[in-house]
Amino acid sequence: MAAGVAAWLPFARAAAIGWMPVANCPMPLAPADKNKRQDELIVLNVSGRRFQTWRTTLERYPDTLLGSTEKEFFFNEDTKEYFFDRDPEVFRCVLNFYRTGKLHYPRYECISAYDDELAFYGILPEIIGDCCYEEYKDRKRENAERLMDDNDSENNQESMPSLSFRQTMWRAFENPHTSTLALVFYYVTGFFIAVSVITNVVETVPCGTVPGSKELPCGERYSVAFFCLDTACVMIFTVEYLLRLFAAPSRYRFIRSVMSIIDVVAIMPYYIGLVMTNNEDVSGAFVTLRVFRVFRIFKFSRHSQGLRILGYTLKSCASELGFLLFSLTMAIIIFATVMFYAEKGSSASKFTSIPASFWYTIVTMTTLGYGDMVPKTIAGKIFGSICSLSGVLVIALPVPVIVSNFSRIYHQNQRADKRRAQKKARLARIRVAKTGSSNAYLHSKRNGLLNEALELTGTPEEEHMGKTTSLIESQHHHLLHCLEKTTNHEFIDEQMFEQNCMESSMQNYPSTRSPSLSSHSGLTTTCCSRRSKKTTHLPNSNLPATRLRSMQELSTIHIQGSEQPSLTTSRSSLNLKADDGLRPNCKTSQITTAIISIPTPPALTPEGESRPPPASPGPNTNIPSIASNVVKVSAL
Amino acid sequence: MNRCPRRCRSPLGQAARSLYQLVTGSLSPDSVEDEFELSTVCHRPEGLEQLQEQTKFTRKELQVLYRGFKNECPSGIVNEENFKQIYSQFFPQGDSSTYATFLFNAFDTNHDGSVSFEDFVFGLSVILRGTIDDRLNWAFNLYDLNKDGCITKEEMLDIMKSIYDMMGKHTYPALREEAPREHVESFFQKMDRNKDGVVTIEEFIESCQKDENIMRSMQLFDNVI
Repeated sequence: MAAGVAAWLPFARAAAIGWMPVANCPMPLAPADKNKRQDELIVLNVSGRRFQTWRTTLERYPDTLLGSTEKEFFFNEDTKEYFFDRDPEVFRCVLNFYRTGKLHYPRYECISAYDDELAFYGILPEIIGDCCYEEYKDRKRENAERLMDDNDSENNQESMPSLSFRQTMWRAFENPHTSTLALVFYYVTGFFIAVSVITNVVETVPCGTVPGSKELPCGERYSVAFFCLDTACVMIFTVEYLLRLFAAPSRYRFIRSVMSIIDVVAIMPYYIGLVMTNNEDVSGAFVTLRVFRVFRIFKFSRHSQGLRILGYTLKSCASELGFLLFSLTMAIIIFATVMFYAEKGSSASKFTSIPASFWYTIVTMTTLGYGDMVPKTIAGKIFGSICSLSGVLVIALPVPVIVSNFSRIYHQNQRADKRRAQKKARLARIRVAKTGSSNAYLHSKRNGLLNEALELTGTPEEEHMGKTTSLIESQHHHLLHCLEKTTNHEFIDEQMFEQNCMESSMQNYPSTRSPSLSSHSGLTTTCCSRRSKKTTHLPNSNLPATRLRSMQELSTIHIQGSEQPSLTTSRSSLNLKADDGLRPNCKTSQITTAIISIPTPPALTPEGESRPPPASPGPNTNIPSIASNVVKVSAL
Repeated sequence: MNRCPRRCRSPLGQAARSLYQLVTGSLSPDSVEDEFELSTVCHRPEGLEQLQEQTKFTRKELQVLYRGFKNECPSGIVNEENFKQIYSQFFPQGDSSTYATFLFNAFDTNHDGSVSFEDFVFGLSVILRGTIDDRLNWAFNLYDLNKDGCITKEEMLDIMKSIYDMMGKHTYPALREEAPREHVESFFQKMDRNKDGVVTIEEFIESCQKDENIMRSMQLFDNVI
């Protein structure tokens, strides 16, 4: 519940008068305001700057430093004020949190200083308001990266003997700067890539003439030399690939990665060529394979950061480029069609078909203008000029727009992704806050009932357990309790609700209901009839029905599930404070309350039967699906 | 353009106009007036002394009330949306918007769509410091949705459904469809003396005075402020 709204709690409680004439049951007592004193101003002196606020403002959050009695440690008797030797700037934000219920993060503040202050005042950073939460998370992430970088560079300095040989090799491959051997290897492979690429290029240069035959490219003239060079390069590449494959932490993932595919494509033509030697039929295909040797140049991307960034940029900008291509294609088709039909009439026209006109359109639109195809008719020339003008528009205009769009959309996408990721987290936070406040009520109910049960059995040391809720919370819970009484229904949490639904759909209700509950007029008479019974048996009958149910609930607790944590859930749920919104094992543990052969006084046994059916067959009939792994834990 | 007859606003005229704008390159004028919206209305309550006379709160209580009020509504008035949002914070499990609307209408005595601090404080004064009859009157006024002096079964059903809505889905025992209706039936059985299908204010007050539960619960929230 937001703190700002806490000021309206008295109004909500007063408005609850509207339920009173409608309710049929008596209402629970309001929590007594034991130490009701007049609201007073307290002075907080933070490093000399004095802040003043009402005491009740601070008490809105009782689990922080300022809201609890912890601040008494800072009370200065001489000046009758609370002195904190901390940063007054950040304290401003902290105090505003108490006043408005929203915690803001000032942008000029250092993230670690802010975190320290929040930790000092006992405030969780998760409750930073939505307006500042993104900024806070960004700064926090940057800081964490900085710390990680520092740690990494530290780790790189020290030797880590615990790494296996394989791991050291992988590290050497990925960061060549770790050791001199890795650096040597890095440069050697780089050199051989360069050699291989240059060989491929020079191979095709015409290299002087052998007398008596036509000009030969160098590759055929010095074929042995080139073959040796090629073999050497391919051997180096193969060895490198095999070493990487061996050292990779996940070989399957390595094989699938882009770099390894490039490696494979770079060396395969050689081996295929070895296999199919001197066979004239397939040598044509063999020659084609040589084209793939050019992929060796992509191996440079391991050596060049810039190349990798370019590749990543193209990949991320693919949709914009695709759109450009698509619009170009549309324009090309349109103009090619128009040119074809315009030039159809002229003789000896090169525009033989529409696909043939594609070439003309592309050359004209990109303003290349080779001149191998020119329109001859007047209409063709007109349309040709329109084509070239629109080519300028279609190509030249969108490109800068796309470039700037790309950078804007890229950042926007990043922010949208971040926001989407945070939206889930934000919704989860809202849900947690909601369930937290409703769970707080349920837990305090159990705590309250537990307290009364304990008071009955007379164990004084557990009494103080229930007093941990603040006055505001107890008032809020009283309000919810009144609503329960008005409608004669109780709040339960989701899992119990689903459980009840499951159980009620699985079995039939036994028809043996005690006659006192044959309610023709529905549930409204239920608790009243109980009430009329109770007044005879118990002294304080202000909470008759629930108290009795509590006795029966708590005397034995059924715990299902074979997981270990279920046991701790039973204990910890009794001690859960209001701010433990999320039960730790929500999904796994299921707690059903059941009555199991309670040695209750005979007057109460009719009530035992009146317990709704899902629970009562528990002891007697073995509900097949639930009875497995049932552990009985007696209360406390 | 003012002399342009009606048919000029046809799509053809608009197309011609936009083509003209396209050719001459004239941009549409910025609509400045859209940006200047009327900012929040600010409302100040009457003086503290007048409120002290008109209500039964002490000076300090009025101060505390106003501080809380102004904190949540800096503009000085609450409109229905705000009210519903504030009220929903207290009932996280269910949907309290309908009941909040009814409450809003009960507090908004002059029916101008907003609850000022005076309305707020007058209402609270009746609830917390009024006599039992005053409070019963106020509750009757809350139930009487059309303010015609009697509560019909439909009105009561609306109120009851809105109260049950606040419980939400996860209740024990599970809420059935007929639960509000049954509750209304039992209410009318108790309150409607002459069995004419409506509950008038006299019947209401009389029946409530006979029920000691209700009388006791009416005083439950006396020390809320």
